[in-house]
Amino acid sequence: MTTHLIKGARPLGGDAVDILVEDGRIAAIGDSLAATGAEVVEAGGLIALPGLVDLHTHLREPGREDAETVETGSRAAALGGFTAVHAMANTDPVADTAGVVEQVWRLGQEAGLVDVVPVGAVTVGLKGERLAELGAMADSAARVRVFSDDGHCVSDPALMRRALEYVKAFDGVVAQHAEEPRLTVGAQMHEGDRSARLGLTGWPAAAEEAIIARDVLLAEHVGARLHLCHVSTAGSVEILRWAKSRGVQVTAEVTPHHLLLTDACAESYDPVFKVNPPLRTEADIEALRAGLADGTIDAVGTDHAPHAVEDKESEWAQARPGMLGLEQALSVVIETMVEPGRLDWAGVADRMSVRPAQIGRLAEHGRPIAPGEPANLVLLDPGTRATVDPAALASRSRNSPYAGRELPGRVVATFLRGIATVLDGKATR
Amino acid sequence: MKRHLLEAADLDRDDATLVLDTAAQIEQALAGREVKKLPTLRGRTVVNLFYEDSTRTRISFELAAKRLSADVINFSAKGSSVSKGESLKDTALTLEAMGADGVVVRHSASGAPHRLANWVRGSVVNAGDGTHEHPTQALLDAYTIRHRLGRLDGVRVTIVGDVLHSRVARSNVVLLQTLGAEVTLVAPPTLLPVGVGSWPAEVGYDLDAVLPKSDVVMMLRVQGERMNASFFPSAREYSRRYGLDARRMAALPDDAIVMHPGPMNRGMEIAAEVADSVRSTIVEQVANGVSVRMAVLYLLLGGAAQ
Ligand SMILES: [Zn+2]
Repeated sequence: MTTHLIKGARPLGGDAVDILVEDGRIAAIGDSLAATGAEVVEAGGLIALPGLVDLHTHLREPGREDAETVETGSRAAALGGFTAVHAMANTDPVADTAGVVEQVWRLGQEAGLVDVVPVGAVTVGLKGERLAELGAMADSAARVRVFSDDGHCVSDPALMRRALEYVKAFDGVVAQHAEEPRLTVGAQMHEGDRSARLGLTGWPAAAEEAIIARDVLLAEHVGARLHLCHVSTAGSVEILRWAKSRGVQVTAEVTPHHLLLTDACAESYDPVFKVNPPLRTEADIEALRAGLADGTIDAVGTDHAPHAVEDKESEWAQARPGMLGLEQALSVVIETMVEPGRLDWAGVADRMSVRPAQIGRLAEHGRPIAPGEPANLVLLDPGTRATVDPAALASRSRNSPYAGRELPGRVVATFLRGIATVLDGKATR
Repeated sequence: MKRHLLEAADLDRDDATLVLDTAAQIEQALAGREVKKLPTLRGRTVVNLFYEDSTRTRISFELAAKRLSADVINFSAKGSSVSKGESLKDTALTLEAMGADGVVVRHSASGAPHRLANWVRGSVVNAGDGTHEHPTQALLDAYTIRHRLGRLDGVRVTIVGDVLHSRVARSNVVLLQTLGAEVTLVAPPTLLPVGVGSWPAEVGYDLDAVLPKSDVVMMLRVQGERMNASFFPSAREYSRRYGLDARRMAALPDDAIVMHPGPMNRGMEIAAEVADSVRSTIVEQVANGVSVRMAVLYLLLGGAAQ
């Protein structure tokens, strides 16, 4: 196994040090380290963070390999600074059995660019009718701990209660896509002034908040862990803050796009901006940033959702919801949180690595940058700004909402257990 | 004028007035003529691209284009490639290859004309998109009001009914405000969009209260199936609270007019004796539609050859 000597990196933005990586672990940290035969990486003041962990990635394999594969998605993730991604269950077939989650897990191992951690479906076929074999998925080689019907809400309150209770047996967590389906029939965008004018059916904030309020009460009642996918409204943040103050075991993620973009994007009728939950208002963005800053929101989850061209180059209503996120997530967090002074680098490490790893119960990720720890690392240059070119992305799809937008931050290198998956900003495999 | 007419906001006051004046001139030029045809758009191709059945609107545009001597191609969703799953973009590229100078599009998806405008070089005219807009309907309504009342500035227009799902209402609110009219929307709260407060219009729930202060009442079509989604309890209750019958019509000022974009649900939003009364402009609206659409096509396509 290659030994790497990283020269002059700044862990969490602190003083520059050398980091010696050996046998997949951090062997030593100090000034002027030397190691014969080591491959030297000149970091020259780059920020070092623990490898990023995504709780919410759609890799589309099996089923829609024309949009993304485990391999292309893994490459996009590594280029974005990730060392672990949770692959959502809404594939075809649905990841609702041990067989499917093991297949996805194995594809991830073969690609070898990030740890692909399968999410198991909560209900059979994501239909919201009866529980999938959650225990079998937990006990499988994929060791599933996060369960989600993402794309669909587990809207039946009795079923949700049972799911929350059941996964306690193996320290699992239910990740809820909070959307009351009866309030979002035909919904196309955030319901407000703009939807009224554009004639697009509204997706009310209350449809998200109602489910979140219900589920934090259920989680409290049964003493279970609950995770909330992609919270998007100011009201959701308020409910979360209240629930956490009561000691409810609830965690939540926010997507990069909900931190940056508003429903004004829909005025173009370009479905690249169609996403579920929809882009909201400036006031929501402000509440989400504040929630992420004070820790009410635990994590950034990309909701990376690749779509083939024909699913996006259409009328707004016909297009599928979702947007790419892996390769620009860190840049968006720098733009919205770091540059305005709302998160320091330790905060970024916490929200993009430490806490998501804890929520997913990934023991080898989100660890401190210290001797003896697994060498899952990212080196980044926060100052460089570049314009996003969808054609240059590693994802198989091109539906980036950031096309043509200038964003700060460049991932220079990513290490997965000591193996460089990205060097000089390029994937190594 | 902008190159496309996608929504009422594409027209500023001068543009909108120019369309109405041009429509009046066209009407004058054709009055009393045996052959109702002008040579203005000879050699130009106008495509009617209709993804939604709307015989009335399609015929109106077809007549408008033909009276301007344009070549007209009707591309309807039924029985053509568009019904076989061809994407809007592929259809756009086909139209482009045919050399369409103007594309008149009707589509069930809000924003479809905006998308189309990105992909074709010709002018796109929105002939109704989903629940978004129907700008030529608003123009013909404005034309009809001006013709009947002699002005638009300060005219009090009350729009009644299913504002939530109405592209006619959206275009009218914007255009009438551009032209100086004062718009009031009246509907059950379920049929007003969340966010209607940001529109340049007054909003009320009580039809009887606003009728005496209305120079124009525009009744919107209300689809009976809306009651299945609990927008209102029953057709009977709707028509009792928001329908325009003879008793309510009597509360209007003497010279007030009653409009309807059609097709009407007689007995639902409008009583037969109102639809057929002298105040009703419903038949005029249809005739004015052709003149106004001629004006739009002329102004968008009639400039120097492209
Ligand atoms: Zn989701």
